[in-house]
Amino acid sequence: MMNNKIVGNGIIAFSLFAVMLIITCIVYMFLEIYINGQDLLTWEFLTQAPRDGMRAGGIFPAIVGTVLLVLTMSLLCVPVGTITALYLNEYAKRNSIFTKTVRFAVNTLAGVPAIVFGLFGLGFFIQFVGGGVDNLSGEQGLIRWGQPNILWASMTMAFLTIPVVIVSVEESLKNVPSELRAASLALGASKWQTIWKIVIPNSISGILTGSILAIGRGAGEVAPILFTGVAYFLPNLPTKLTDQFMNMGYHIYVMATQSTDVEATKGIQYATAFVLLICTFALSFTAVMIRYRFRKQLKD
Amino acid sequence: MTNQKNKGWQKKKFPLTDFLAEYIIKSVAFICLAVIILIFIFIFKESLPIFSSQETTIQNEEYLQSETYGLENDQQFQIENEIKSISPEYYDRADLKNLTGKDWQPVGSKPKYGLLPLFIGSLKVTIIALLFGAPLAIFAAIYTAVFASKRIREFIKPIIELLAGFPSVVIGFFALTTLATLFQDLFHYQYRLNAFVGGFAMALAVIPIIYTITEDSLNAVPKHMIEASLALGANKWQTAIFVSIPASAPGLFAALLLGFGRAFGETMIVLMATGNAPLSTANILEPVRTFSATIGAEMAEVVFGDTHYTVLFLIGSLLFIVTFIINAIAEFYVRKRLFRRFGKEYDE
Repeated sequence: MMNNKIVGNGIIAFSLFAVMLIITCIVYMFLEIYINGQDLLTWEFLTQAPRDGMRAGGIFPAIVGTVLLVLTMSLLCVPVGTITALYLNEYAKRNSIFTKTVRFAVNTLAGVPAIVFGLFGLGFFIQFVGGGVDNLSGEQGLIRWGQPNILWASMTMAFLTIPVVIVSVEESLKNVPSELRAASLALGASKWQTIWKIVIPNSISGILTGSILAIGRGAGEVAPILFTGVAYFLPNLPTKLTDQFMNMGYHIYVMATQSTDVEATKGIQYATAFVLLICTFALSFTAVMIRYRFRKQLKD
Repeated sequence: MTNQKNKGWQKKKFPLTDFLAEYIIKSVAFICLAVIILIFIFIFKESLPIFSSQETTIQNEEYLQSETYGLENDQQFQIENEIKSISPEYYDRADLKNLTGKDWQPVGSKPKYGLLPLFIGSLKVTIIALLFGAPLAIFAAIYTAVFASKRIREFIKPIIELLAGFPSVVIGFFALTTLATLFQDLFHYQYRLNAFVGGFAMALAVIPIIYTITEDSLNAVPKHMIEASLALGANKWQTAIFVSIPASAPGLFAALLLGFGRAFGETMIVLMATGNAPLSTANILEPVRTFSATIGAEMAEVVFGDTHYTVLFLIGSLLFIVTFIINAIAEFYVRKRLFRRFGKEYDE
């Protein structure tokens, strides 16, 4: 009996210890980045371009590049993700082979490493699609689309974030009471009318959460854009879809590993990491809040 | 009968929009499937030339031909071509013998494309990540799902899931600048960046995945099983160890599997924190280079279409295959087991 108690307390103590250790790691990581970067966190840092060979100035072009990337990306991933979720939840027959294959494809898509998406973007978008368009457009030797640019980078990123949208939208579709659907159908509305007028308005929170989570994911990932469009330093902001762009995550990576004077830019690295971290946290926090408020509404 | 009548009536009244909507939705859903197939095709396509060295040669010639204009260059091209045909070693070739070698030296007069050190590197980092991450994540999940009161649970869960919101480049950066120095001061080893630091940082990326899936599957254990155990006089931890965990074992297995997949393919953390030296040793305190980091570090510098390029795409296909297999196991084997165990109550 005594022995049992010791074992039991040991297990509880160890599992509590695991929780504490994980939380400590998170807090330590966050504080470390904040403390080392706080001196640089000023308004100028957010609104100026890098100066003096990246040793001074701000990260404005990197912020603009990241924002443009995620906005272009969500134009593709939000509709595709939402519609796929609608299919899986409203139209699909649960056990048909097509449905099962689509579901398996979505799960696999969620598990494919980010770097493989990067390779795919290079092989498919830049060389196959972009190169093909360049060849068709006539002028020999002119490369306009067959090179890394912001369009191909956001398309690549979109495929990475589609599963994020699907999962979130599906969850909210499941939460729409089936009585609502039945009532609408019973009143003579067609299936599409029911979906358009009843199901989508009731699951708008899921679509919102999904989009925000996808944007958060897209803002933080670097591997897919490594060779599909990001650049170390650009004197001008991107204005066309064929321009390259700067990115916060890539900025951190390059400054920390490949710049000539890593020590001189330490502060900028920490500060950039902190800004990126705050962005992704703010996005996921907003998503959680929307979901929470909506659940409460449903319960009332 | 009435059902069929109803359908006919609906079709009459709303023929076009419903028809269009259904087909548009179906075809968009097909995109996800198409992307997986396209990834498969395009990554394999680029890595194909390896499997027949002859094909590489032809491709290279075409590549050269398109670049040459005028007679002078043409003659030069012919001469070059003759030289190449005389000495077969002029081309860097990646046949099977070269690929299974022990050295990864893609740049140089005699490039070597041995994948063994990269495989060892990937495996080392992944195993270290799971050794640190898995126990922590699983026990943390047990605590939240079984021991914690509702209020504590609603406090802990979002915090641990916050870890999933750390971009991997930030974790890599943290490992590179802070963890590496901290560990070196603690353990006094030789190389600042090594498999141990990379693996530990990777554990931080793996923990939220394992934690979430384990917690979900512990919560999916039917209430009547737990209540039966408690009613028979077992206390909380006995129920957890002897009922909940065995019942959700397939879910635990899936969590470990997906954690493995994540760690095996993650790029930015290993790129920044492992030192990136392709050594094939068992020592975890030496720098390593993984599959994914190799692609990330070298892809930007290779010449389009040459052997190095195709080998990098081959590595990409390997990563794709590994994740595909892992997903297939998690999807078919684990779900079936869970379904058999919990019956209809496990509904996902």
